[in-house]
Amino acid sequence: MTEPLTDAKTQIDETVKANTVVLFMKGTKSMPQCGFSSRVAGVLNYMGVDYQDVNVLADDAVRQGIKDYSDWPTIPQLYVNGEFVGGCDIITEMTLSGELDKLFDVSDVGYEKDAADKIRDANG
Amino acid sequence: MPMQPEEIEDLIRETFPDAQITITDLAGDGNHYAAEVIDASFAGKNRVQQQRAVYAALKGKMDGPAGDLHALALTTKAPD
Repeated sequence: MTEPLTDAKTQIDETVKANTVVLFMKGTKSMPQCGFSSRVAGVLNYMGVDYQDVNVLADDAVRQGIKDYSDWPTIPQLYVNGEFVGGCDIITEMTLSGELDKLFDVSDVGYEKDAADKIRDANG
Repeated sequence: MPMQPEEIEDLIRETFPDAQITITDLAGDGNHYAAEVIDASFAGKNRVQQQRAVYAALKGKMDGPAGDLHALALTTKAPD
């Protein structure tokens, strides 16, 4: 493994451990640059979750490094308490099923339950 | 390089010979697909573990700009 990728892995590991909720995405939470990233960021924004966004388009080493870190080939990737939770499809399913609420409950992550219910009502 | 739905199914089928596999071309461009994979081996695994196994079966077809597949919406579950 080359030096930059090792650095990226260390950087990713530190980011994931220093923040309760981290979303690796294309673009930023206020300006997503891919529909899949936009969907997950949109859910978190709407639910009022305080999270750290990492724009993988800003750094090629992180863009590749995050895929190696999680053994997961796609972006976005959501981490809660240092654990990889899933990509766009899994987060969408978990939002609609209420599993994401439960994960936030047990992880002590603040969010607006009413907003989560509204998402489910609109997509139920 | 766009992929045909049969190619995706064949790749998944190599790893999951008895799975129920449904491929849908979402955009009609050979580049945005949905795949539903129902397989007994998924029992007791969480979604991340299930979908990692499907990605592994696709052998790098999803890998970034050089990959053949830009988007594959995955749904995985064990049979009821």
